[in-house]
Amino acid sequence: MNLFIEYSLVGLASGGMYALIALGFVLVFKATGVFNFAQGELMMVGAYVYLAVTQLLGAHWAFGLLATVVVGFALGALVERAVLRPLAGQPTLAIVMATVGLGLILKGTAGLIFGPDQRQLAELLPRKPVFLGDILIPGGVFWTFVVSVSIVSACLAYFRFTRGGVAMRAAASSQANAYAVGINVPMISAATWGLAASTGALAGVLLAALNSLTPHLGDLALAVLAVLIVGGLDSLAGVIVGGLVIGWLQAMTGAYLGGSWREVMPYIVVLLVLLVRPHGLFGRKEIERI
Amino acid sequence: MSLSKSLHLLGPRFGVLPLSHADAERRIDDPLRRAGLAALAAALVLLPFVANAYIVYMACLVAITVISVVGLNILTGYTGLLSIGHAAFNGVGAFACGVAATRWGFPFWLAIPFGGLVAAAAGILVGLPSLRIKGLYLAIATLAAQFIFLFVVQHWESVTGGDRGLQMPSPDLGFTRLDSDFKLYWLIVPVAVAMCFFASNLFRTRIGRAFVAVRERDYSAEVLGIDLLRTKLTSFALASFYAGIAGALMAYFFRVVNPEQYGFGASIFQLTAVIVGGLGSVLGSILGSLFMVAVPELLKEAVVFVAGADATKSAVFLASARELVFGVLIVGFLLLEPFGLAEVVRRVRARLAVWPFRS
Repeated sequence: MNLFIEYSLVGLASGGMYALIALGFVLVFKATGVFNFAQGELMMVGAYVYLAVTQLLGAHWAFGLLATVVVGFALGALVERAVLRPLAGQPTLAIVMATVGLGLILKGTAGLIFGPDQRQLAELLPRKPVFLGDILIPGGVFWTFVVSVSIVSACLAYFRFTRGGVAMRAAASSQANAYAVGINVPMISAATWGLAASTGALAGVLLAALNSLTPHLGDLALAVLAVLIVGGLDSLAGVIVGGLVIGWLQAMTGAYLGGSWREVMPYIVVLLVLLVRPHGLFGRKEIERI
Repeated sequence: MSLSKSLHLLGPRFGVLPLSHADAERRIDDPLRRAGLAALAAALVLLPFVANAYIVYMACLVAITVISVVGLNILTGYTGLLSIGHAAFNGVGAFACGVAATRWGFPFWLAIPFGGLVAAAAGILVGLPSLRIKGLYLAIATLAAQFIFLFVVQHWESVTGGDRGLQMPSPDLGFTRLDSDFKLYWLIVPVAVAMCFFASNLFRTRIGRAFVAVRERDYSAEVLGIDLLRTKLTSFALASFYAGIAGALMAYFFRVVNPEQYGFGASIFQLTAVIVGGLGSVLGSILGSLFMVAVPELLKEAVVFVAGADATKSAVFLASARELVFGVLIVGFLLLEPFGLAEVVRRVRARLAVWPFRS
């Protein structure tokens, strides 16, 4: 029983990380209706920016994080302006493939610059294990959970309480009405992309610090598809719940069915949820009669 | 030659005047096209005799890719159902064919269609959710199916051989074995040609038109009396059948079937070929496949030229350069030439039709 609780807690803790990764997808999808297959690569780029600033330039880690966030934001906004805006109104296929193409571009570029070797980031979060009662949780996992949940909550608060956040929500719910009340919708969507990319970049740094960094770091992001589908593609609260659910399920399948089931479980969940409740737990149900 | 006569010769599909019902019904309706196709057929027959082994190998590879990409185009380009898991159906076809050939001793002419049919069945299964979900959600479902497929073949070792895969025998004709690329060419290319003709004719039939109607506006299609579920499933089945045949041919061509060949990357590769070639165009699928098979080869030459002969270094470099180039191709074509190479061809033809005047 103790083992079960320990696995559960570790699973839930890693779910926080999934929530943070998924946040970037949800922000973009909510505001612009685009599912960004390049989100994982934006994470990877963020981690390399952090690596370059802290290790190659030898700067302080706080400065590295700042650079990561700023570069992430700029990259996200640039991508929106240069690729997604000209494709507005195109069929899903074009938009999906454009983001896939962007991902390949980022991955290829990172590979050309940094090579395929594994890199190790400096310790960012304390590694000392945390004890809850007599249950041990690895320090990296615990603190990553804390940081992830704080970032997601900060985003939630931003959307709820600030002027910019309300403008983003307005643009997401109806572009025409947002225009009508004088919101600069194109700027909002560029800013949303920027925000999503910078949260992604932070997620990338955390993820790379937990494991290691290669140009293929972004491939991990596809595993959070399940989080998104369970929570609903356009729900911020769903991200947290979905992250925790999937994190817990992964820990359980990993513990009781073996490591390979752990990898495939999210995709099975995706198919099941799509069949039963395509909009997820918290997503907005689109009215489609056919 | 009078001007009108030359217009007629130079203007495929442009300035063709059907004078009888038979004329109007002709599939290939102008002399230039007929001449072009005859020349192409002659070139395909002559190619293996004049080209070196490398070209023959590449030609087989292109032909297999064409089959698979035409299938994906039927589903994604013509029916408008985005699939990010097409390579999984290549894999289903390849493994079904491989198991049939190695374990049950099927001859190749039975094993290849068997691969296609099993893939078609798998396609219907994956297509079932398409009535409830569409667009992005369907794409995600096919993506999930892709990963689940990989998991199944990697872990169902008693049948698929796991990560080691299956070793394929050479196709046996009785009097000879097709054990070289030169011989396999005569199996692969005719199949590819036949399947391209089938696909381009399909869109002159009720079924093919129904696909296009579903793509354009699904509820209007239903109002017109098109059974949506049946049409979508037919499209999935056909596309997967094409993919399965391509996979089975791949199995015989590479002489080995293993899960690595049928991953997410291969699916994206085929989608790229569809986009580069042109959505909803069989000609586009052919051009796109040719282009996408040729690009990495040219890139290889370029990388060897730049990085020198250091094999390991250039292999590493090449993998990244390939990703970058594919990405640039996808984004570039979507932004600048969204209808792909087929549209370029159409424009050139339109220009030629009125040459030397400007259109």
